[in-house]
Amino acid sequence: MTQKAIEISNVTKKFKQAEYNAVDNVNLTIDEGEFITILGSSGSGKTTLLKIINKLYEPNEGTIKLFGEDIAHVDSVQLRRSIGYVIQQIGLFPHMTIAENVATAPKLLKWNKKAIHERVDDLLNLVGLNPSDFKDRYPSELSGGQQQRIGLARALAVDPKIMLMDEPLGAVDAITRLHLQDELLRIHGGLQKTFLLVTHDINEAFKLGNRIVIMNEGKVCQFDTPKNIVANPADEFVSSLIESSRNQGKFWEGLG
Amino acid sequence: MENNIWLQMKDYFNNNMDSFLIAIKEHLEISLIALMIAIIIGIPCGYVCVKFKRLEKQIVSLFQVLRVIPSLAVLLLLIPVMGTGVKSAIIALVLLAMPPVLMNTVVGLKEVPDFMVESAYGIGMTEKQVLWKVQFPLAMPLIFTGIKTAMIEIIASATLAAKIGAGGLGGIIFTGLGLNRTDLLLIGGITVGLLTIATSLLLELINRTMMKYKYVR
Repeated sequence: MTQKAIEISNVTKKFKQAEYNAVDNVNLTIDEGEFITILGSSGSGKTTLLKIINKLYEPNEGTIKLFGEDIAHVDSVQLRRSIGYVIQQIGLFPHMTIAENVATAPKLLKWNKKAIHERVDDLLNLVGLNPSDFKDRYPSELSGGQQQRIGLARALAVDPKIMLMDEPLGAVDAITRLHLQDELLRIHGGLQKTFLLVTHDINEAFKLGNRIVIMNEGKVCQFDTPKNIVANPADEFVSSLIESSRNQGKFWEGLG
Repeated sequence: MENNIWLQMKDYFNNNMDSFLIAIKEHLEISLIALMIAIIIGIPCGYVCVKFKRLEKQIVSLFQVLRVIPSLAVLLLLIPVMGTGVKSAIIALVLLAMPPVLMNTVVGLKEVPDFMVESAYGIGMTEKQVLWKVQFPLAMPLIFTGIKTAMIEIIASATLAAKIGAGGLGGIIFTGLGLNRTDLLLIGGITVGLLTIATSLLLELINRTMMKYKYVR
């Protein structure tokens, strides 16, 4: 039986000056090794939910358990070191070389030099960048797609069991995006980690996720496999999402 | 006449090389001490301003006001309190140098993008690590510019320190003024100018080696 990686129960988050709950009574159970995508428009609470999982935000109500352990009782710094985190702006440190960026987390955990060196090489190979070409360069010398690969490598550095990704492909062009989606699937398949990826791109969500969380106004509308969602949309919002995507497909066919 | 000045200047260097070098040494000493103190106080003050936003207005405006007071006035005002000499001179120079260091620290720290700080926390850095490994290094170029501005102002203004008996190149200039000796005015003035240029070049060099990443491509 597979282990439960993430259990989110009754989680609600309300920001101080907001009228509505950013995240509204969310319940999700995610198994180890799943690739979950969270789909929603901006303001739907998907990013907030992700940040609650690595304790960048504190929920007002509810509990989150990672592999059975309530994160409220785990030190936030320790917790974040055990979770990979990638954001849309990537956030590579411009004053550090690529190797130093990737080595950030291992250095915090005080790995020895040789181990760090080997790990950096392995990770760069994993994300498809030649270590000797890239190690000593600075982030500003890389293209957006290359930077995002490094962001991914940095998040994977200490082999976290859970990866949280907040629109990691939001800032790269359409072709690079398709490439990186395939890379993500390949990396996920090889590592048996639990991936949580937030996106507002319906195609991306349905292509990458083995299950999809669809969020709207802080609530989870539906949480199911792509097939089941298309077959049985849970509410208006979900069916309108699918409808809009279908229309786009028709539009392209019409042009062809 | 022109020949005369050259001869006089040559004469000065022949007879007073020792006191000239001592004047340079004094000048640099006062300047460096003042700069160090301004950095040691200014950078933490800047950090406090950013961390506790309520204090920012008060601290920044205090130093803005202090900056408006002419250095010469500060020097003279300090005489009744501190007496004459090096100490008073250094205090006046520190007051002069604080604003650029402080304000550039504030701006530098504020300009570090939120997502950068967030991704540092996301990796699992503690608050201290975020400060030392991300926020300060990224603010460094601006802080450094502030230090450079401060240093140039200090070296120029340290000339006035001689007025209250703190020595330095100002001594040569004031003697030149008193005796109506153009040669001394030139020697003093040009040397201060050259010192300013030399230190700013040196600081620029340090800047370029420290912040290599800014200059790739």
